[in-house]
Amino acid sequence: MSDTNEQKGMIRRFLDAPPDSVGKTVFVAVALCLVASMVVSAAAVALRPIQEENKLRDKRINVLQVAGVYDENVPVAEAFADFEPHVLDLSSGAYSDQFEIETFDALAASDDPAIVRALDEDPAGLGGQMQAYRMIYLLRDEAGDLDKVVLPIEGYGLWSTLYGFIALEENGNDIFGLQFYQHGETPGLGAEVDNPRWKSLWNGKKLFTEEGQLAITVAKAAPPAGQDYHVDALAGATLTSVGVDNLVKFWMGQAGYGTFLERLQAGEID
Amino acid sequence: MAQTYRSQLVDPLVDNNPITLQVLGICSALAVTSSMQVAFVMSIAVTLVTAFSSMFISMLRNQIPSSIRIIVQMVIIASLVILVDQVLKAFAYEISKTLSVFVGLIITNCIVMGRAEAFAMKNPPVASFIDGAGNGLGYGLLLMIVAFFRELFGAGSLFGVTVLETVNNGGWYVPNGMLLLPPSAFFVIGLLIWGIRTWKPAQVEEREYKIQTVEAH
Repeated sequence: MSDTNEQKGMIRRFLDAPPDSVGKTVFVAVALCLVASMVVSAAAVALRPIQEENKLRDKRINVLQVAGVYDENVPVAEAFADFEPHVLDLSSGAYSDQFEIETFDALAASDDPAIVRALDEDPAGLGGQMQAYRMIYLLRDEAGDLDKVVLPIEGYGLWSTLYGFIALEENGNDIFGLQFYQHGETPGLGAEVDNPRWKSLWNGKKLFTEEGQLAITVAKAAPPAGQDYHVDALAGATLTSVGVDNLVKFWMGQAGYGTFLERLQAGEID
Repeated sequence: MAQTYRSQLVDPLVDNNPITLQVLGICSALAVTSSMQVAFVMSIAVTLVTAFSSMFISMLRNQIPSSIRIIVQMVIIASLVILVDQVLKAFAYEISKTLSVFVGLIITNCIVMGRAEAFAMKNPPVASFIDGAGNGLGYGLLLMIVAFFRELFGAGSLFGVTVLETVNNGGWYVPNGMLLLPPSAFFVIGLLIWGIRTWKPAQVEEREYKIQTVEAH
């Protein structure tokens, strides 16, 4: 450091010093990093509450949409209050009271070890682990009977993990709707998973054959089980379609919601 | 000063367009032009970042040590880009979802760096700000033109509003899927450069080599 000539009028002398001196180079580097990091972190911290709220709102709108009850004129929070959230233990297929409903989303988002379970087989491309507890949403009809179940699902497509929801009828077999709220697939090709016409194909399809075999398939041709189990693949987006096929089969299978769906079909859930 | 503020702002639109003349910023022009809405937000974001980064860099230009000047420029640009990204996530959530990684990629946009290094390091803040804004707008203008063709013929819509009813939606138009993929932007940009240089022959570059006629001995 050239501190001998910076004893008096330090700032002035400093500004006048040649920019290429070692001391100044270090100072500029450190000062700039400090200022820049403060600006960036201030913005991140100040805007986080709004961002979190946007995310939550977006997710809730998707729950409403997939269950077919979204109305732009009704405030999201109000419409969402009709849903009954539960934390589901996937291995037992029963509700778990281990976690608080309010704080569960934050825990799940941080991949808390208490929630996550390692996977040996990972057909949905979840990165070798899955959440063994999931927040699910029940919708009841006016008489208070179970009407629809909304389950979160996710898996890898072509470029990105697709996050979405599947809505099932109360019999645990008929699909009401499926849609993704977050993905990074190619606009116009893979991103056609957002196409309303394609999403409407899911309505009325069935998950399991009468023998209890998981048969739902996203493919170009109908599976042997028949049209009721077939959702047409997206043209020009083979790998995204394969990804969706894999992830639906994974989450509806034994590793996913299988046990819960069995109990739902048996009428054990109310 | 030879250039007026007005000419600094207007020149980069056609006469000195960063994409068609300087051939900078092609990478992001390929990535974000598949829909007009995304291209529009990207244009605004890039314009803001180039303008403000040029201004800040120009304010510091006499203090930036030349040995670390590129890093200093990058830090300023990167901070501004993160700021834009955070603001989009807070106030335009839907759009930030579609833009996803591309906002972050403004950092690597050669136009931002190019203006900082070529102009802001040697000129006062206000001129640098206007120069940055002009170049951002020139980039944005070209982005919008490319996105217009790509979205119209690739997806049959403009700003997400259906213009040509596609077969997927029960209409008649068979969209050209290739236009939605990044390489198609090369063709569109190439055709635009051809068009602009035919209109303004002054932009045609001199050949870097001459083909010699071999004399017969």
